[in-house]
Amino acid sequence: MNNTCVLVTCPMFTYLEQELETRFNLFKLWDHSSSKAEFFNNYSSSIKAVVGNTKVGADAKLIDSLPNLEIVASYSVGLDKIDLDKCKQRGIKVTNTPDVLTDDVADLAIGLALAVLRKVCVCDQFVRSGNWINGDFGLATKFSGKSVGIVGLGRIGSAIAKRAEAFQCPISYHSRSKKPNTNYKYYLNIVDLAANCEILVVACALTEETHHIVNRKVIDALGPKGFLINIARGAHVDEPELVSALLEGRLGGAGLDVFENEPEPPEQLFALDNVVLVPHVGSDTGETSKAMADLVISNLEAHFKGKPLLTPVI
Amino acid sequence: MATKETDNQQQRSSQELPVVLVNRLPSFRLPSKPPFEDDLLSHFHLLDPHDSPEPYDSFLSRHASSIRALITVGTTPVTAEFLNLLPCLGLVVGTSAGLDHIDLPACRSRGIAVTNASSAFSEDVADCAVGLLIDVLRRISSADRFVRGRMWPAKKEYPLGFKLRGKRVGIVGLGSIGSEVATRLSAFDCSIAYSSRKKKPSVPFPFYANVGDLASNSDVLILCCALTEETTHIVNKDVMIALGKQGVIINVGRGYLIDEKELVQCLLRGEIGGAGLDVFENEPNVPKELLGLDNVVLSPHRAVMTPESFEALLQLTVANLKAFFSNKPLLSVVSNE
Repeated sequence: MNNTCVLVTCPMFTYLEQELETRFNLFKLWDHSSSKAEFFNNYSSSIKAVVGNTKVGADAKLIDSLPNLEIVASYSVGLDKIDLDKCKQRGIKVTNTPDVLTDDVADLAIGLALAVLRKVCVCDQFVRSGNWINGDFGLATKFSGKSVGIVGLGRIGSAIAKRAEAFQCPISYHSRSKKPNTNYKYYLNIVDLAANCEILVVACALTEETHHIVNRKVIDALGPKGFLINIARGAHVDEPELVSALLEGRLGGAGLDVFENEPEPPEQLFALDNVVLVPHVGSDTGETSKAMADLVISNLEAHFKGKPLLTPVI
Repeated sequence: MATKETDNQQQRSSQELPVVLVNRLPSFRLPSKPPFEDDLLSHFHLLDPHDSPEPYDSFLSRHASSIRALITVGTTPVTAEFLNLLPCLGLVVGTSAGLDHIDLPACRSRGIAVTNASSAFSEDVADCAVGLLIDVLRRISSADRFVRGRMWPAKKEYPLGFKLRGKRVGIVGLGSIGSEVATRLSAFDCSIAYSSRKKKPSVPFPFYANVGDLASNSDVLILCCALTEETTHIVNKDVMIALGKQGVIINVGRGYLIDEKELVQCLLRGEIGGAGLDVFENEPNVPKELLGLDNVVLSPHRAVMTPESFEALLQLTVANLKAFFSNKPLLSVVSNE
């Protein structure tokens, strides 16, 4: 198996790269960025597996350039950077990393909501800058009991709901269809969900249908006392609309882990104290990163040994 | 406020409404959002010595025989000496969660009931504790600084945080605040244990009589107990070493619960992993060594500061006073444990 050629698309996690290197003939795409044509000439027909992530996945162009590609193992649960149709056409298998990161992402969603409403980061800065000596900080907004609306009640959305319930937050949700085994209130229309909750959390997969699902109408419905938390994908939100709503006070605040154009979030947000901005760290704990990496490795090993994949998507 | 009362009103109100003394340090005030004074004035005849042109001592002694209840604002002390000036006092209404500024034994020996405000605040304080914990473990404030400092494009990797699920959380003080913390963190699949003066029979969590033992068996310590002589510096060097190098301390109680000098040293030496602190020994002064640390989250004693908390506090204050004056059971009386 040491001869099996695997291509990793961008730096993701040192441990993952090391583990891949001990098992496979690993190629790092970024090592060949100045000589891409030459690299593909020499190696494209040897590459049997691609390991991608949320930054660089496996788009149609990459897949087309690898005639013997058998499997794409994504170091992520999101699949928006993989051309799934192309993979289906070519009979290429796809795996991702569900479940192992659910808790961390849900924890971050609640952490961001607490940080925005209770102004944790602003308070921290207030103390660090020495301003406490000069006078007290003002009031924040209570989190417990606020109504939480979740867009997408999958694994992550459900985990967020479970946590928010412990804070006595009434839960409602929007998704493609009503979920059978829950008592949470369902809204067929996301604008209605936004109008009827105080904290809107985006937790769904990014697809053509959910692109910019949080648009001006939704933001307006959420309103000046409403808060948006996004731990899903930047493209779920019409970012220019979000920025102008925040700057104009039409939205109460936002906690954002993802942006349309990472790693460059809109700079107009940097001066606002009703936003919390973190650099796409939803699953970035030591424990979870390792668990995700192990899952990628296990899926690849299973595939090349002819065994069932652990977490196949297709 | 004396200026709000005309002579007519004063005559009417002093005959009809029960008298309540507002005990406050000159720089303290009852909250204005919601407007505490306005609401209280509709039920009670408020006396505030600092709002009178009359000297404090003379004002107090002139009214002493009519004062059966007082509200103490924030951490305004209620000392034994002060109680001696009020021979008819039967009730002290506290407006903070903590009671370390009130001489409880003196109240007890005089038969003066004391009510506190924990139940108005406990959700907000618990939310603050959980918010600080997630921030420390997942580096939220630090990451927010990183992004605003425009460091994301240049620095591809940001240091990893720590998973919350499965952490062993040790709560010091399982009163109304500690219980709310336990409820919340259980939903994150943390395991909960606690230490308090006495084991609580109806509580399912493991009890440790000794905070050091609790720390040895925990990854996180959350301090939610009252500050008393026994609990001063209850988190000392030994406890912190027992908690360990990955351990996190969250303090939403009082600064003096922790040996602050030792805390700073343990953080600087890497003897503990991180801390989230809403309270300090000498507020508003914070040890300057903490100001540059990324594994620490600092808060300026704001755990109760939401409009909802104040609304709840006002309702609780009015309810306790009304109960007292109509000889009904008090809502949040402090027991004599």
